[in-house]
Amino acid sequence: MARRFVSGNDAVAEGVRLARPHVISAYPITPQTIVVERLSEFVEDGSLQSIYMHVESEHSALAAAMGVSSVGARAFTATSSQGLLYMAENLPYASGARMPIVMMNANRALATPWNIYGDQMDSMFMLNSGWIQVYVEDAQEALDMMIQAYKIAEDPKVLTPFMVNLDGFVLTHTYEVVDIPTQEEVDAFLPPINLSENIMSMEAPKSLCITAGNNYNMEFKIKQNEEMIESISVIEQVDAAFEKQFGRGYNGLLETVDCEDADVILVTTGSITGTARMVQKTLRAEGKKVGLLKLRYLRPFPTKALTEALKNAKVVGVVDKNISFGYEGTIFTNVNSALMQEGASQKVDNFICGLGGRDVTKENIHEMYEKMLVHLETSADVNDANVASKPQDRIHYMNVRCAL
Amino acid sequence: MNRPKMVNFKDPETVRDYPMGATCDSDHLTSINAGWRTFRPVIDQEKCIKCMRCFLVCPDGVIDKSGDQLEIDYDFCKGCGVCAHECKPKAINMVKEAING
Repeated sequence: MARRFVSGNDAVAEGVRLARPHVISAYPITPQTIVVERLSEFVEDGSLQSIYMHVESEHSALAAAMGVSSVGARAFTATSSQGLLYMAENLPYASGARMPIVMMNANRALATPWNIYGDQMDSMFMLNSGWIQVYVEDAQEALDMMIQAYKIAEDPKVLTPFMVNLDGFVLTHTYEVVDIPTQEEVDAFLPPINLSENIMSMEAPKSLCITAGNNYNMEFKIKQNEEMIESISVIEQVDAAFEKQFGRGYNGLLETVDCEDADVILVTTGSITGTARMVQKTLRAEGKKVGLLKLRYLRPFPTKALTEALKNAKVVGVVDKNISFGYEGTIFTNVNSALMQEGASQKVDNFICGLGGRDVTKENIHEMYEKMLVHLETSADVNDANVASKPQDRIHYMNVRCAL
Repeated sequence: MNRPKMVNFKDPETVRDYPMGATCDSDHLTSINAGWRTFRPVIDQEKCIKCMRCFLVCPDGVIDKSGDQLEIDYDFCKGCGVCAHECKPKAINMVKEAING
């Protein structure tokens, strides 16, 4: 094991090198570029025995990865923002064909207005694409998830493409000390890819990406959904096995901090969690019963674990670095749906922040907790029938530079 | 007529028995696909000189040349009319699909 001071993008590249994909097909885009630059250097210096494919677009990058996967080889690609959207057509193609491709996505804003900085609008666009989605907090988790991703995606019960999301710049471009495991350790954890079904074969020719009309199509989709939901147990097992081998784990699909007795819990994804940890700790030291829930996976969505972790809370806040225009933050919608399924009755606030790279400071997160603590005290329930006709009252835009 | 044989898809008992992904064994057809044809091409065998132009241009590969005469596989012909348009001796006529048979 080596300890190195690297950026989030460097950590991704190190993780991919250790996972040893046969082919890397990618198109550079800010803020992902360093990942593919590093990988091309690894291929050039011989430290990674992969074929590096120069493609002319993101659409081709994923199409090429599908070709790689369809002969039973290990594929990697990486993108961001407009590139992810340009790739969009191929995302459900890959997931429907159950191809265990791994992709790194640097979360970045969508045009227009044009913007290269971080928010999570891009991957939220792809929630329905049939890809597993994980959001990582720091560079170490980014590296570790590149290794876990292949193990989960290639599990015969899962066979689903996997998207590892890093917040653009805040995570991709900041440096931290990262433990880099040895190749031997990773090889022991992640065996070579071994796909038996769904791959091209000279002996038994296959038709791939077949047509299924209105008489048979629906059952394919139901199967895909059911098996994606069931991948939850594989994700938990792989994370536990990873922790056993490498001494670092991520508690499965979500992590809780002081949630057991918390009146107020903030739900975060990605790098914002690091800042929220500090604020939560400070407020606890002041005697305030606040907790933090780091939501790692959005697909499959950990409904049971989430509602279990939130069950004792009276107020829940959901941080969204995205807006589904005409409604609210997307994670807020998902969390509310989970709570509703379990018949929970918490007040739920939506904190929309960080769009187009706007800072989300400790003060902003402190303010989120303060708002929730006020809701805890006041009788003016935000979910009260009197205000239910104004759903925007539940939405709080944070760190806005002028009046609404 | 010489074409891949129709293979009846054995209905899986449960959703779980469906194929893992959109993959199946090659070289078989599971269903007839001609339902949207409005006009059908009909070869006038008296005029046909077997130049094979229709065989070459048919986008769906439904002109069969395995017998003594050219035949059209109406199970998969979409009725696009490219064969009739391209036929130099005008041996292919597009005939409206009759509603009453």
